[in-house]
Amino acid sequence: MFFLIFKRFVLGLVTLFIVSLITFIGVEILPGDACTSYLEREAFGEALAACIKRLGLDVPAHERYISWAYNVIQGDFGYSLSGQMQINEVLGPRIKNSLVLASAAIIIGIPLALILGIITALWRDKMPDIIISTVAIFSMTIPEFISATLLILIVAIWLEWLPGIVIVPTDVTFFELLPNIILPVIAIAMIMTAHMARMVRSSVIQVMASDYIQMAILKGVPYWKMVFKHVLPNALLPAINVVALTIAWLLGGVVVTEVVFNYPGLGRLVIESISNRDLPVVQALGIILASIYVSINFIADLLTLMLNPRLKTLQTRK
Amino acid sequence: MNINIQEIKDLSIGFKSQKGEQISILRNITTNIRKGETVGIVGESGSGKSTLALAMMGYIKHGLFTNGGECLFKSQDLLSLNNKELEDIRGRKIAMIPQNAGQALTPNLKIGYQIEEALRLHTDFSKVEREQKISELLNQVRLPSPKIMALRYPHELSGGQQQRVAVAMALAGNPELLLLDEPTTGLDVTTQAHVLELLKDIAKDTGTSMVYVSHDLGAIAQVCDRVIVMYAGEIVLEGPVRKILKEPIHPYTYGLLKSIPKLSLSGLPDSMPGSQPQPGNIGSGCSFYDRCNFSSDECKIKVPELEYLSEIDTSVRCFNHSELISKTSEQKITNELKKEITIDEILDLKDVSISYAKQGIIDQFLNKVTDTNPTVKDINININKGETIALVGESGSGKSTILKSIAGLLKTKDGYIKFDKEKLLSGDLKKRNSEDLRSIQLIFQNPDESLNPNHTVEQILSQPLKLYFGLTGSKLKSSIAELLEKVRLGAFYMSRYPRQLSGGEKQRIAVARAFAARPDIILCDEVTSALDVSVQAAVLDLLQKLKEELGTTYVFVSHDLAVVKAISDRVAVLYQGRLCEIGPSKDVYQFPSHPYTEVLIGAVLEPDPDIRPKLVAEDIVEEKPPEIGCSFQGRCPRIVGDKCRNETPPWQFGDNGNAIRCHIDIEELKIQQS
Repeated sequence: MFFLIFKRFVLGLVTLFIVSLITFIGVEILPGDACTSYLEREAFGEALAACIKRLGLDVPAHERYISWAYNVIQGDFGYSLSGQMQINEVLGPRIKNSLVLASAAIIIGIPLALILGIITALWRDKMPDIIISTVAIFSMTIPEFISATLLILIVAIWLEWLPGIVIVPTDVTFFELLPNIILPVIAIAMIMTAHMARMVRSSVIQVMASDYIQMAILKGVPYWKMVFKHVLPNALLPAINVVALTIAWLLGGVVVTEVVFNYPGLGRLVIESISNRDLPVVQALGIILASIYVSINFIADLLTLMLNPRLKTLQTRK
Repeated sequence: MNINIQEIKDLSIGFKSQKGEQISILRNITTNIRKGETVGIVGESGSGKSTLALAMMGYIKHGLFTNGGECLFKSQDLLSLNNKELEDIRGRKIAMIPQNAGQALTPNLKIGYQIEEALRLHTDFSKVEREQKISELLNQVRLPSPKIMALRYPHELSGGQQQRVAVAMALAGNPELLLLDEPTTGLDVTTQAHVLELLKDIAKDTGTSMVYVSHDLGAIAQVCDRVIVMYAGEIVLEGPVRKILKEPIHPYTYGLLKSIPKLSLSGLPDSMPGSQPQPGNIGSGCSFYDRCNFSSDECKIKVPELEYLSEIDTSVRCFNHSELISKTSEQKITNELKKEITIDEILDLKDVSISYAKQGIIDQFLNKVTDTNPTVKDINININKGETIALVGESGSGKSTILKSIAGLLKTKDGYIKFDKEKLLSGDLKKRNSEDLRSIQLIFQNPDESLNPNHTVEQILSQPLKLYFGLTGSKLKSSIAELLEKVRLGAFYMSRYPRQLSGGEKQRIAVARAFAARPDIILCDEVTSALDVSVQAAVLDLLQKLKEELGTTYVFVSHDLAVVKAISDRVAVLYQGRLCEIGPSKDVYQFPSHPYTEVLIGAVLEPDPDIRPKLVAEDIVEEKPPEIGCSFQGRCPRIVGDKCRNETPPWQFGDNGNAIRCHIDIEELKIQQS
């Protein structure tokens, strides 16, 4: 089992290495470089030369990669172009904001998804299932920029209960941020919950149709006992990986929602740095988002390994 | 003894089709189970026997509904009880032993917990008493070291052990009625015989009534007092086991019994035409009319009633049963195989060994041999043109592994496989040329999985024709029609999808696909195991006719010794990937034989209550073959000592052409086994 964990870990590191190479090469083969994109029309003569010298672009690519990677391992992403700031300083508050948004969505979304998924499965084809499933399908299919805009229209503009967009400095405290995140969290949690609830539903239904559940019924196990002891542990195991992917998606991929609400998170930073041609930041974001995906999936694998007796013994036996 | 524990009155169960029609799976079932007796419910797949067994527990599967009738357990109608009331009966008064215990035990719970759960629900034992009872129960079902066993998860046990755990779980509530749904299907022959023996002992010791659902008349013959035969959702015959199995007075039962291959007879069994009608497709007359050899005009228009004949204590649903009574005494098989084998070698397996162990990268680099004990080892078989050679053995005997390596799906580790005397077959499929691939075709066990569900029969059959012969257009079409003709299916099957075919028809398509390549050798991997008995006989018959017509060579893998005896010219018996015995099939089934062959033959269940299996060896499951010595040393009932453990046994030759690999002198074996 330890060997397997170790293998997964190494595999994760290899993935990160490859991602870093790809982002580096990608940035490298784009026409122009950081200086030409930054200086734009002034990119000639002395200004360009100075910029190249300052950013160290005169050094061959592989050497630059090595020194960049070396710094990244130590947690230093270098300087951003536009702000002339340390990228770490740019990223820090953004990561925090994204974490706040994601955790809020997770805390609300995952338990809700589990409960709804289980309810729809247990009352399959009956009223609760029909209602919840219909709502879920709607919230899955309506694109988030529409649902988010509708939320703003109804809650912020018509009812005037909550602020419609987030106009706060990037580095506000948690409590100042809180009222601002309610609408974005609802917008995100709606989609996320719907996806996960559907997934939990089909997983529970599949387990309910299995021979061992029929056996448990025929053994005279009371219904709710059967649900908690025999059904859920087996049905929720495959859900762990889906939850992991959702979390990863929350941390990096909720670009549209962040833009609609003007939320200062990682997703909006991606858009901003791409439109500003801030290539060092793009590079840094690539690596960070990749690490989030890899580490969350790694954790999910660990959990599955620990919770599934089949995998556990299979590994210890070998 | 004559108190009814369960009475079923006029029970019908069905479902609603997409068009809204009511379709019956069970039709007007009336029967009863007496206290202390074991009743067998026999039928082919789709006859409704499992639905009936589940209804006896008040359980109706999702999507089905009752269409009238009662299921009385001690005069209480189970079908009218709510879930709460049923929970008190299930497991405590009536318990179920499922077909596939591997899937019926909850995977995330330990064995001990699952048994304890039943005890907690259905007994008043304290925690300490329960612990003790778990050990007792595990002991009762003859599982070794109960304390350790209780801490295991289901997947850590072998199939036979899982089945025993399921039995222990069912016994935990001390039920008055035990329902067994195909409890030994899927187990190896020796394991099956042992589990049946256990069930019989339990019935005797506890006086529990049992309902034994099975398609296997051999198993029914061993355990049951009374038998109910079901066909297309109806009871067609019901009576004492001896009467039913020895003098069946219903044409279906008669045909079914004749279609079972038996060790005591040689040659192919008679096959029954057609297949069981699907629910909803049953005509106005007798449901067996289409397949019946004894039918009269009356049968076509009127449904016969179940008629009780008091003199033989038997109920039968047939107008013409009296005609059958005279017929049943004659039972001889006329389809003696034509045996004209010329010694003309087509396939030669020389010192073949196959290993599943993967070499590590470093070992590969150093070219180091890591696996000194491969899954299959020292296989030497030569196969003649036009011969049917069978590989038999229990699961894990390596029979399918050998088949795969002949087909090129697995690499051989040592040795070689030679085709047509000079061509060496590469272990790597990619290195075989089109001609080699064409000459060796494979038919799989389960046609549901081997036929692409999204292809029509025409598409399925056109693949090999296009690939090997480049046929197109009308030529292709006429070839497909010809192939369908060969497997006794009409050309109108071309546009059908596999899901529109019955199990037997699907397997015929799989046979047709193999023959489409005009191969020299066809590898048959348990080709009849997934089929019903009456269909199995027809497929065996088809394979035999095609072989006689086209001179194809078969390598036939099966776990069923009776099937093997019926179809094969020569048999190779395998244990743990090592050959034990090889010889002409008529000789392998006679003594002297290898002790393992003896064990296998002894465990075969004949559909005759007077022939009992001989259980000579324990049904231990060995995970790995022993490194040295005889492969069968762990279970051999005739083991002679250190010689068996340390030395590879020599080949000895019997007077009639079978070769046995054993340390015991062949003459000595003859004396011991007679």
